[in-house]
Amino acid sequence: MLDGRGLIRRRAGARLWLSGLWLALFVLAAVLAPLISPQDPLAQDLMLERLPPAWMAGSEPGYWLGTDSLGRDVLTRIIYGAQVALAVALVAGLATCLIGSALGLVAGFYRGWADRIISRIVDIWMAFPPVLFAILLIAVLGTGLSSVILAIVIIDWTRFCRVVRAETLNQSKMDYVHSAKVAGFTRLRTLLSEILPNVLPTIVALLTLEMGIAIIVEAILSFVNLSISTDQSTWGGMIAEGRTSIHQAWWVLVFPLIALFFTVLSFAQFGEGLRERFDPVLR
Amino acid sequence: MSGFLEIRGLSARLAGTGQRLLRSVDISLPAGSVRGLVGESGAGKSMIGKAVLGVLPKAVEIVEGEILLDEQDLLKVPPAERRRLIGAKAALIPQDPLTALNPSRRIGPQITDRLVDILGWEKARAASRALEVLVEVSIPEPERVMRLYPHELSGGMRQRILIASAFAAEPKLIVADEPTTALDVTVQKQILKLISQLQARHGTALLFVTHDLGVVSKVCDTLSVLYAGKVVEDTTVQRFFAAPQHPYSQALLAATPRHTDPAASLQPVPQAVIDAAMAEVAADDAAWRPQGGAHG
Repeated sequence: MLDGRGLIRRRAGARLWLSGLWLALFVLAAVLAPLISPQDPLAQDLMLERLPPAWMAGSEPGYWLGTDSLGRDVLTRIIYGAQVALAVALVAGLATCLIGSALGLVAGFYRGWADRIISRIVDIWMAFPPVLFAILLIAVLGTGLSSVILAIVIIDWTRFCRVVRAETLNQSKMDYVHSAKVAGFTRLRTLLSEILPNVLPTIVALLTLEMGIAIIVEAILSFVNLSISTDQSTWGGMIAEGRTSIHQAWWVLVFPLIALFFTVLSFAQFGEGLRERFDPVLR
Repeated sequence: MSGFLEIRGLSARLAGTGQRLLRSVDISLPAGSVRGLVGESGAGKSMIGKAVLGVLPKAVEIVEGEILLDEQDLLKVPPAERRRLIGAKAALIPQDPLTALNPSRRIGPQITDRLVDILGWEKARAASRALEVLVEVSIPEPERVMRLYPHELSGGMRQRILIASAFAAEPKLIVADEPTTALDVTVQKQILKLISQLQARHGTALLFVTHDLGVVSKVCDTLSVLYAGKVVEDTTVQRFFAAPQHPYSQALLAATPRHTDPAASLQPVPQAVIDAAMAEVAADDAAWRPQGGAHG
């Protein structure tokens, strides 16, 4: 009773472990920020402005990745920035996932007028350019972490809705859904026990992807100064500040960018890895 | 004698059009007997099975007729009651064992859920019944198989499990929709034998949908030959193979390959026979007036 999954499992292993390791580091950094940060994230010292990273000439001990134009430690601010990124990823990701998936399941399984209404709203929603939509929403909702999260949910639920609906449609055609109907199970019961478990791997993969996307959207909003007040360090805000001094101090821009890049990449890869590992169908 | 399943004058059409899909179908199936529904693709044989089990696609509407299951007309009871009746008295053996089991759930609950949630059995009783039927269909190590996922089993094993699952609740009627078509030939024979044995032992009425006359000769007592949604011949298996009455039945029988003389026996159905059958159907349609307002 072997089914050739051994090979695929091994490949999924490296992907899952590497991305999982980075995400574990990311979560630890966010949670333990006050304990592990070498400096105070807000302490400005104009005597120490634009110090290069530790391995370059002219660096100061204790400032591993250098300082920005106000003399704040880059490493410390990246660690504190992880807090905002984690909050956005978790809250916005989960809320988006719940709302979008629920609507997608309903539209794909019950069809009829529910499907027509939901699908038309999704079509209209997706016609808005997302970044402009986000900026518009923030202008209405006001800045702050909760507004950013709300804006992400309002914009991105359609991504889940569309994919989950398509997957639910596929599942609804399967013979076991047919058999459940013959056996006399209620529609809701069929949806929850026959369809949802088979759509779940897709939802999980999308969720991790969405967590990465939420971090990017937050960074974009920080970049245009529409996210969270400037005394809270965020990766997007650091990138925006670093941009102005890229020729004098590239490290202010590059290190938060690397943190952002690996985190978003890891979320996507982690989701794919989980799916390959646990999807019983392995499509 | 009135059958356990009695279909009378059943007509169906494509919703919103005049296209008839079933043409005044009459089928009688006494308790404990086996009837084959044969015909080519699109003749409506699967549709009859679906109508009996109440799972017709939305695009098909029943225009008139009766489907009596244990003397109750399924078309006259409210939908919820119909679901309950069918769930309690009938079961399905599906065509494709690879898609008929939920890939993300273990085998055990897929058999017992129906017993517990629909028929109200106690969990322990349902579990021991599941083991019993798995033994009956010769599944080795049934306790272990109950904990496996479908992808861990072969196609033949999965079809056995589906058969076990169909018989688990002791239904009075089973609709088998081409249950061997998706299997390879060596497994087909075992599965047919298994279905026959279980049917005889439990005294279940069996509606056997197939396009394979060889299968019919092994399993069925009576058969209905369908052409374009019309029953063109309703007869016993002995009489059919000895002397088919309708020209289409004769042509169908002549088209069956025989391994004694493979080259000579593979005859297509002659165009004249098709034309005659179509003319018969057209004449039938011309004479047909649906009873007003009997939308099912």
